[in-house]
Amino acid sequence: MKTLPFAGPEGAGGTAVSLLGVVKRYDDVVAVDSLDLEVRVGECFGLLGPNGAGKTTTIEILIGLQEPTSGEDVVLGRNWGGDDRSLRSRIGVSLQETRFPERLTVAEVVTLFRSFYPRGRDVPSVIREVGLTEKARSWTSKLSGGQRQRLALACALVGDPELLVLDEPTTGLDPQARLQFGDSILSYKDRGCTILVSTHYMEEAQRLCDRVAIIERGKAIAIGSPGELIASLDGNLVVEVELAAGDVGDEDVQRLAGVTSVRRENGALLVSVREAHVTVPALLDLFRICSASLAQLTLRQATLEDVYVSLTGRQYRDE
Amino acid sequence: MSRPLPHLVLARLRESLRHPETIFWTFLFPILLAVALGIAFRGERPGPTNVVVVEDPGAAEVERGLKADNGMRIEVLSREAADHRLRTGRAAVLVIPGDPVVFRYDPTRPESRLARERVDRALQHAAGRTDPLGVSDNLVAEPGARYIDFLIPGLLGMNLMSGGLWGIGWVIVEDRIRKLLKLQLATPMRKRDFLLAHMLARLTFVPLEVVPLLFLSWLIFGVSSAGSLLSLTTVTVAGALSFAGLGTLVASRARTTATISGLINLATFPMIVVSGVFFSTSRFPDPLQPLIRALPLTALIDGLRGVMTDGAHLAVLWPHFLVMGLWGALSFAGALWLFRWT
Repeated sequence: MKTLPFAGPEGAGGTAVSLLGVVKRYDDVVAVDSLDLEVRVGECFGLLGPNGAGKTTTIEILIGLQEPTSGEDVVLGRNWGGDDRSLRSRIGVSLQETRFPERLTVAEVVTLFRSFYPRGRDVPSVIREVGLTEKARSWTSKLSGGQRQRLALACALVGDPELLVLDEPTTGLDPQARLQFGDSILSYKDRGCTILVSTHYMEEAQRLCDRVAIIERGKAIAIGSPGELIASLDGNLVVEVELAAGDVGDEDVQRLAGVTSVRRENGALLVSVREAHVTVPALLDLFRICSASLAQLTLRQATLEDVYVSLTGRQYRDE
Repeated sequence: MSRPLPHLVLARLRESLRHPETIFWTFLFPILLAVALGIAFRGERPGPTNVVVVEDPGAAEVERGLKADNGMRIEVLSREAADHRLRTGRAAVLVIPGDPVVFRYDPTRPESRLARERVDRALQHAAGRTDPLGVSDNLVAEPGARYIDFLIPGLLGMNLMSGGLWGIGWVIVEDRIRKLLKLQLATPMRKRDFLLAHMLARLTFVPLEVVPLLFLSWLIFGVSSAGSLLSLTTVTVAGALSFAGLGTLVASRARTTATISGLINLATFPMIVVSGVFFSTSRFPDPLQPLIRALPLTALIDGLRGVMTDGAHLAVLWPHFLVMGLWGALSFAGALWLFRWT
C-alpha cells in the first residue's frame, strides 16, 4: 500500500479529483455543461455514456490538456497552470486511439515513457503486469488491438502514478480482451491507487467501477455506485420476453400489477418489474389471452443500461 | 534520475533506421542521382554542330565551303524539312544560300549562337578571308571546374534540405496524427526536450547523408574539397540546423500528411529550381538575385561551393552563415509560438 503525499479533508477517503461547474464551449457547441464530479482516493470511478457525450473532453480538462471555459478543476489537490510537470508526474494517462511508433518494440516504448517520469517502476515488471512479456521484443505494429491497449496501459503505469486516467481503454476490443484488460485494471486498484476510466460499455463499468457518473450531453445525469443506481430504479428486475408467434400491446403489459415500464429492443419485450412473483404469472396469462406463444422468457437484475434508458428515455447504443 | 533526451533521440533514430525507405531516400537516392547526372554531364568533347543547308541554288557551294570545318555535321534539306529540324532542336542553325547568305537560328539557344559564328567563319574563309593573327587552343579538363564539381555541393545542399524538412516535419506530423504528441504532453516530458531530440536526431543523420556521397563522388569522379574538413563540416551543420528549424516550422500546425507534404513541396521545389542545385543562380534576372541569395538553400550551396571549389575561409562566408542562422532561428521561434500539440 503506498502512502499518499497529500490528505484530503476526509483523510484516506480524500478527494483525488474534483470538478466544479466545469463548462467547455467550442464556438457554438457545448461539449461539457456545468459538470460536477468528485473522485475519491482509492476508488475506481467510471465515466459512462455514449460516444459524443463529452467524456473525452472531460478527461482532457481533468488532465490539463484543455482549459475549461469556466469552472474549477482540482486534481490531487492542485490546479493546472502551476507546477504542471510535478503534477503530471503523479498521473498516468492513456488516451483514445493513440498509435505508438510502429517499429519500436514494446520494451522500447515503455522504457521511453519511463524516462519521462522522475521516478517510476521497473520496466520489465510493468510489462509483465499487463501480460506482454512474450511480446516485449516485438514491434508495436505486430500487436493485436488488445495488446496495443495493454501497451498503452503499461505506459500509463510505468511512472507509478497515484492517479490513473484511462480514456476508453477497451473500445474496439473483443469481449475476451475486454475481460483481460479489466483484470489488469482491477489488480492496479488493489494497490490502493485511484482510477478514472471512461467507457461506453455499461457492463464493463458495472464490473470495474466503485462509482460511475452517467454522462449525457456534457452533463452528469446520475452519479453513484452501480448498485445504488440500479436500486434507485422503480423496479430493479427486468423480464425479457421473446415471442414465437402473436403479439401483445405495450399498454396492456403496462397495466399489469408491479410493472414500472415497458420497452422493446431488437424485437424483445423488456418489462421492468418490482416483484417478479406478482408480475410474471400475470404476464403469462396475458400472453394466453392474446394467443401469443412464448419463445423465451428471462428474468434478470436490472443493469446500468436499464438505468440509462430510464433516465434518458432512449435506447442505449454502445457502438 | 530520468533522462528523457537520450531516450527520445534513440527512439527517433531507431524508428527511422528501421524503415527501409529512409535508407533509400537518405543514402541511396542522392548517390544514384549524383552518379546518373555525373555520367550524363561527364564533360566529353562537345559533339559536332548540326548545320542544315537549305536546298536552294548555291547550296552545293555552301556545303563545300562548310566542309572545311570538320566539327560540323552538314545536311542539305528542303526549306520545310530544314525548318522542322530547327524547330525541334535537331539543327542549330539553317544556312539559306543567296546573296546575302542568310543564317536562320534562335538567338536564345547558346549552341545556335556558337554555330552561327562557326558557320560564318567557315564560309568567310572559303570565300577567301585570312586571319591576320595566329592563335592556338590550350584545352583544360581539371577537377574543380567540371560540371560534377559544381553539382556535388548542390546535391549535398538539396539533401540537407530534404532531410531537415521531411526528417523533422513529416515525423512530427505523423506523431501528431498518431496522437502521440498529445499523449506525451500528458506526461512530465518537457516540450523543450522533445523538440531538441528531433534536432539532435537530425544532426546524427547528417554525417550519414554527407559522408557516403562525398566519398563516392571522390571515388568515381575525383571530386574533392579545396577547403578544410572543418570548414566543410561547419557549413554542413549550419545548413542542417537551419533546415531543422524550417522543418519544425512547417510541422507546427499541420494535421494531415497531405498538408505536410504539400507544405514541404511548396518550400523545397522553388529552392531546388532557383538556388543553384543543378545550374547557376546567375541564369535568373538581376532584380531577382537579392531574393535568391536570401534563401537558405542558396546560402548553404554557395557556402559549400565556396569551401569545396574555392577553398574559401569560413570568415569570408559570413553572409551565408547569417542567412542560414536567421532562417533557422526565426523559423524555430515561429514554430515554438505556433506549435500545436493536439
